[in-house]
Amino acid sequence: MASHPTRPSLSRWIIIALFVSGMAMSYAIAAVTASGSEVNVLGVVVVGLVIFGVLTVGLSWATEGRRKAVNRAMAGLITSAFGLALIPLVSLVWTVATLGVARFDSQFFSSSMRNVVGAGGGALHAIIGTLEITLIAALISIPIGLLTSIYLVEYGRGRNRFSRWVTTMVDVMTGIPSIVAGLFAFAMFSLFFGPGVRMGFAGAVALSVLMIPVVVRSSEEMLRLVPNELREASLALGVPKWLTILRVVLPTSVGGLVTGIMIAIARVIGETAPLLIVAGFTQSMNYNPFNERMMTLPVFVYNSYSSQGMDAQAYLDRAWAGALTLIIIVMLLNLGARIVSRVLRPAGNH
Amino acid sequence: MTSAPLNASRPRRADRVFRGISTGAGVLILAVLVLVAAFLVIQALPAINPTAHIDAAPNGFAAFVGPLVFGTLFSAVLALMFATPLAIGIGLFISHYAPRRLASMLGYVIDLLAAIPSVVYGLWGIQVVAPFLQPVYQWLSDNWGFIPIFEGPVSGTGRTILTVGIVLAIMILPIMSALAREVFLQTPRLHEEAALALGATRWEMIQIAVIPFARSGLLSAAMLGLGRALGETMAVAMVLSPAAAVTFKLLTSENPSTIASTIALDFPESSGLDVNALIAAGLVLFAITMVVNSFARAIVTRHRDTMGEN
Repeated sequence: MASHPTRPSLSRWIIIALFVSGMAMSYAIAAVTASGSEVNVLGVVVVGLVIFGVLTVGLSWATEGRRKAVNRAMAGLITSAFGLALIPLVSLVWTVATLGVARFDSQFFSSSMRNVVGAGGGALHAIIGTLEITLIAALISIPIGLLTSIYLVEYGRGRNRFSRWVTTMVDVMTGIPSIVAGLFAFAMFSLFFGPGVRMGFAGAVALSVLMIPVVVRSSEEMLRLVPNELREASLALGVPKWLTILRVVLPTSVGGLVTGIMIAIARVIGETAPLLIVAGFTQSMNYNPFNERMMTLPVFVYNSYSSQGMDAQAYLDRAWAGALTLIIIVMLLNLGARIVSRVLRPAGNH
Repeated sequence: MTSAPLNASRPRRADRVFRGISTGAGVLILAVLVLVAAFLVIQALPAINPTAHIDAAPNGFAAFVGPLVFGTLFSAVLALMFATPLAIGIGLFISHYAPRRLASMLGYVIDLLAAIPSVVYGLWGIQVVAPFLQPVYQWLSDNWGFIPIFEGPVSGTGRTILTVGIVLAIMILPIMSALAREVFLQTPRLHEEAALALGATRWEMIQIAVIPFARSGLLSAAMLGLGRALGETMAVAMVLSPAAAVTFKLLTSENPSTIASTIALDFPESSGLDVNALIAAGLVLFAITMVVNSFARAIVTRHRDTMGEN
């Protein structure tokens, strides 16, 4: 069965030649069929890649044998799976960037939508709302999440029944759909504040439900990376356990903890559904998260699209500008997380 | 741990306080989950009452939520069908094909897809993907319309359940391919080298050593992806033109709707018992995702037990 060691194998030059001829054939086909109208570059490249693949596998089958031909075919398929996944990413980023710049101006960041019909206006009220709600959600989630992970790693050691329960429940929480978190916050607050309740704080509670499990998971992982020798050395010097955790364990893992928290914030800052449910939407500025509706950036994007006014293009432009702002915020948070994890990497000789 | 008796013999108040606080955080998480379930049930009960008259569900709650459950499952399964082969391909590419130095960067690029908010996917889906796919749908229906799922009349906007499936597939791709990559990277090196030493090509080595080892991990990745797709709200709400129909036709404008998107679309304008009906629908969604996720976890746990063989 094994292919003979002296059997010829396709050299790199043959592969390159096949690639060039595949592209050339594809272009020829396009030029003939299009006859006059413009040639679609992307189409030529895709068809050219397909022809290149067929040629390579065919030639390989003829000279190298079936097994190597299959190997080449699968390598091609797997590589193109990756390439295929890049298409939506490129298309999405390109669309948001090109359509978003139309209204990515100073007015967008300095005015609200109050009394704005048609063009003009901005998303300042939504940006303020997003910042306040996310900040409150972070203030709720970070202590709870961090302390829970400290319990799981330092006290429960992941073994006793209670910590197994907590781990399972964190898993369940991870799977809560974001809209269900919104419904939960609504159900809870409407019991206290009557039906039809809308407030920014309730949105923050909904986001916390989504954020806490992410913080617990990432912090737990980071705390487990702290070598036991450090803890034992500290305890052996007579340092109490709580001080050991605060002065030895947490500083050692601070880079990872901050990174995890920033990624968790990036996750929830783009959440739309729960805020649509429980924070509602408004066109005016509202600084008070405990009173009345509060606009947020993701809801602003959705609302600009879904209820377009007379001048539809103005609403669409605002939606895309909002989307661009949102993506920039999320990317900055992700980038910041990477930088933090690099800067705060624990010192040591490993 | 040698420290345990020391701590036990000299309990300090600060220690006890700190331990209490962190235990309390754990208790709080349990409490939150119980509260989520409790509040949802309390608010859902009025809608499940058979004598209640709900404007949104004139024929009773079951008739209201049934088609939505169908739509939720259908769109999520469609997404999974597109995403699974791609995720396996991407995972293999990053773990076994890409140059090592490039691999971590490529993984980061895929992770970027996960960071994009779903409302942006919705906007992109409705403005870019749907118009792009509409002519394709027309062609499919014209040439393959004899297959029931491709039957016309084709939607003029492209905002069909198939478009939703494709957008959802793109959205669950990052998490699934990240998990697939992790599983593939855990393949014992010795298994891979043994296969290569016997003269296997790279693909044969993957068939012999990597795939069998990764099978359960891939299944659980698929389940987690399914769980994501089931609960996805905004992209579906924006892209789909819903009709709450129960149909397998992929290309028409009469599309089954999903639970999450129905809640998002109807909730802001609802009042009275309609709100309770939507909360009850949310409870159903919660139950479905919990079943799917716990199935995924069960697979992982079983997998972990058999890992000792290596």
